[in-house]
Amino acid sequence: MTEEKYIFQAATKKKLVIVGIVGILLFVAGIVLFPGAEHHGEEHALISVENTDLVASSDETPAATEGHDAHAEEAHHGSSTLVKNIYSNLWVNNVYFAGLAIIGLFFIAIQYAAQAGWSAGIKRVPLAMATWLPIAGVLMLVSWFVVGHDVFHWTHLDLFKEGSDTFDKIINAKKGMWYWPLTDNPSAIPVFFIGRMVLFFGVWYLFFVWIKKQMLAEDLNGGVVHWKKARTLSAVFLVFFGYSSSIAAWDWVMSIDTHWFSTMFGWYVFASWWVTGLSVIALIVVMLKEAGYMKIVNSNHIHDLGKFIFGFSIFWTYIWFSQFMLIYYANIPEETVYFIERLSSSNYVWIFFLNLILNFLLPFLLLMTRDAKRHMSMIKVVTPIIIVGHWFDFYLMVTPGVMQNKGGFGLMEIGMFLIFAVVFLFVTLSNLAKVPLIAKNHPMLEESLDHHI
Amino acid sequence: MQATSSLRESLVTGGKTVHDVTQDICSRVEDKPNKTWLGAMTLSLITLGIGAYAVFMLLWDGIGVWGLNKTVGWAWDITNFVWWVGIGHAGTLISAILLLFRQKWRMSINRAAEAMTIFAVICALMFPALHMGRLWLGFYWALPLPNTFGSLWVNFNSPLLWDVFAISTYFSVSLVFWYIGLIPDFATIRDRATNKVSKAVYGALSFGWDGAAKTWMRYESVALILAGLATPLVLSVHTIVSFDFATSVIPGWHTTIFPPYFVAGAIFSGFAMVLTLMIVTRKVYKLEDYITIYHIELMNIVITITGSIVGIAYITEFYMAWYSQVPAEGYAFLNRMAGPYSWAYWSMMTCNVISPQLFWIKKIRTSIAATFIISIIVNIGMWFERFVIIVTSLHRDYLPSSWAYFSATRYDVGVYLFTFGIFFTLFFLFAKFFPVINMAEVKSIIKTSSEKKD
Repeated sequence: MTEEKYIFQAATKKKLVIVGIVGILLFVAGIVLFPGAEHHGEEHALISVENTDLVASSDETPAATEGHDAHAEEAHHGSSTLVKNIYSNLWVNNVYFAGLAIIGLFFIAIQYAAQAGWSAGIKRVPLAMATWLPIAGVLMLVSWFVVGHDVFHWTHLDLFKEGSDTFDKIINAKKGMWYWPLTDNPSAIPVFFIGRMVLFFGVWYLFFVWIKKQMLAEDLNGGVVHWKKARTLSAVFLVFFGYSSSIAAWDWVMSIDTHWFSTMFGWYVFASWWVTGLSVIALIVVMLKEAGYMKIVNSNHIHDLGKFIFGFSIFWTYIWFSQFMLIYYANIPEETVYFIERLSSSNYVWIFFLNLILNFLLPFLLLMTRDAKRHMSMIKVVTPIIIVGHWFDFYLMVTPGVMQNKGGFGLMEIGMFLIFAVVFLFVTLSNLAKVPLIAKNHPMLEESLDHHI
Repeated sequence: MQATSSLRESLVTGGKTVHDVTQDICSRVEDKPNKTWLGAMTLSLITLGIGAYAVFMLLWDGIGVWGLNKTVGWAWDITNFVWWVGIGHAGTLISAILLLFRQKWRMSINRAAEAMTIFAVICALMFPALHMGRLWLGFYWALPLPNTFGSLWVNFNSPLLWDVFAISTYFSVSLVFWYIGLIPDFATIRDRATNKVSKAVYGALSFGWDGAAKTWMRYESVALILAGLATPLVLSVHTIVSFDFATSVIPGWHTTIFPPYFVAGAIFSGFAMVLTLMIVTRKVYKLEDYITIYHIELMNIVITITGSIVGIAYITEFYMAWYSQVPAEGYAFLNRMAGPYSWAYWSMMTCNVISPQLFWIKKIRTSIAATFIISIIVNIGMWFERFVIIVTSLHRDYLPSSWAYFSATRYDVGVYLFTFGIFFTLFFLFAKFFPVINMAEVKSIIKTSSEKKD
């Protein structure tokens, strides 16, 4: 019963390819149908006009003017709205799917560090998800050089030119965060920022390789030595992850809204990644089970996954609420600007509330009862809601900072999400097929087989 | 019977049988108080007496006897309040959250930890009550009661009022949870009682528990429901305590990370206090087979994790004070590190961030002496954390002409001592008259998780 191997069948591949093609078609359709796409020549003039309007209209909300003179200037440098839209969207998916990979590793590390027994049978799924890590790293690095200038306001070097009318005192004072050691003379390449990105993905990947090595060696050799080594590695990884996940969130997401700051933000991004990762793990486990694999997984294990998803949906909401409520209550313009941007634009306000409905209300109500958590059919309903819901969460973290009030949601966004999802699943499933599906020598396997709650 | 991996260490050592458990725990209740206990009790009553004098003077003369001034209007009172509430988190965390996570090792420590929670919350409640100066009016100021003082009404917008609701709810649920857990054990003591008085007293306390299968079934479902209720409550309590500061616009107080960071800090200090108490209890009552080195090691790991989370939060706050480029915010943090109260800041950093990292070394986290010392250091550090947040953020406000320095008077110290008196008096009474370990629960793991007799 514990000897199982997943076969990534041609039929599954075909389905994925079809979804991928649909994604591409939607993406192309989105470009063709993009409002204003036909008058490419006039684009620049049009944007500057609209931007002036934006500055004028935002006078009503004093907080929103903060940093907007700089934004108006951005139109001169920036690409056309269409290209910016694509770039912004690309960055959302980069961060979102990188999160799924890192959560794959984080989940495994937590299981080892906490000496969990129940999960022994399902650990190969998050392990396969983590194989996306190096791809995510390369994708993010390469796409940064493509999209960086449009996504990250602080890459505009004229912000740092003292005396020029685009000079920004605040951003200039904190440029060391990105440009160190070239702080006095920011160049086109933010060495410190890029260095951190490479370091984080590099170290995460190394830990992934090391932990995976122990897990696979255990299949061959048995015993508890590999388990113990993996546990030590996991503990060290978790320490590194504790710091790197927060800093990554500041770098890759928070610095898009360059003036804005919130101490909670690192944990907010983590909470969002974590609950999405749990949902993807649960969904893949359920799909595998329905395809006849994972015979040792029963409703008790599904129950545990369900509890995790239920609990951490509430946790995400807790973090969301704490951040929102404290900023709302203190009502300091430097901080409220973030939420005003998202609440005062008709492009985002519906997503703002949808975010709470998909990521809190629905999982909370649907997974409340014991039976709901134990039934695969309910997991199959709730996890896609969360997976889509948190994509919107990341959309809302990234887009308004890049697009101001012009960010839209349409076929293009759906298309690119599908493309990313298909490639991610391709990598995950083909790697899942390379190793035994069940860790037959896992020292906790017996506990997992006997698991009853 | 559930399978247990060979990797798991025994939770009960010495080959105990079910009868041994009853014997070992009940005899502490049945024996005459020994000299150590009498000595400890006398000491806590003396502390309580000294403290009571300070409280009397406080109520007689007013809170002017404290060292507060017009700039620092909150100091030891709120520091002590937050400190005690924080300590109060461990009990519920152990009994509710670890129950939900099915951590069996909680079973021999949950009873005492829950008792500690209740006593710590009682101590915490002293401060909001006493700092009003006029206790007899406190009810009107703290509770939304109809009154004849005109428009006097509580401010529902204030997190201080949310605190009143959160903590009183938390106290009630913790008390009920703890008491329900005690009922089967009281019944055991009742059944063994030889004299009439204890039979009557423990009989009344056990609510006529009959040990029938149906009764046990109800007991278990109630425990699970209360655990489910207590989990969000335990998180909400310190969240709301953090709102007391974070909703304001005072640099050093207003920061969004406060809620989860306060909760982590609370668990951190709570576990440290559990360790301080349990190490003494296990020694005096010879409970080494129930509270093993492994239990101590696991609690130390929890301390390291929560201590590291707190450490990350400190660094985040500090970094964000710079990143925000808000001058007042940046100043508040520099002032913490290098201002007149830098001694408090560095005490906090040493005790909270550095000392728990020593537990990475297995020798230290399995050493009873080292654990005992570090557990006390951690609680000193957590007291300083609140002091740093409260006093250093207040003492240099927006108007340099009103900058001031706060120094504690003997009444600040005296009222703090008073709560120590309450805490230890209650804890020693508990340790003598109540079963300190949950016998019923420990018996349930004897078969799977205990060391077998050779």
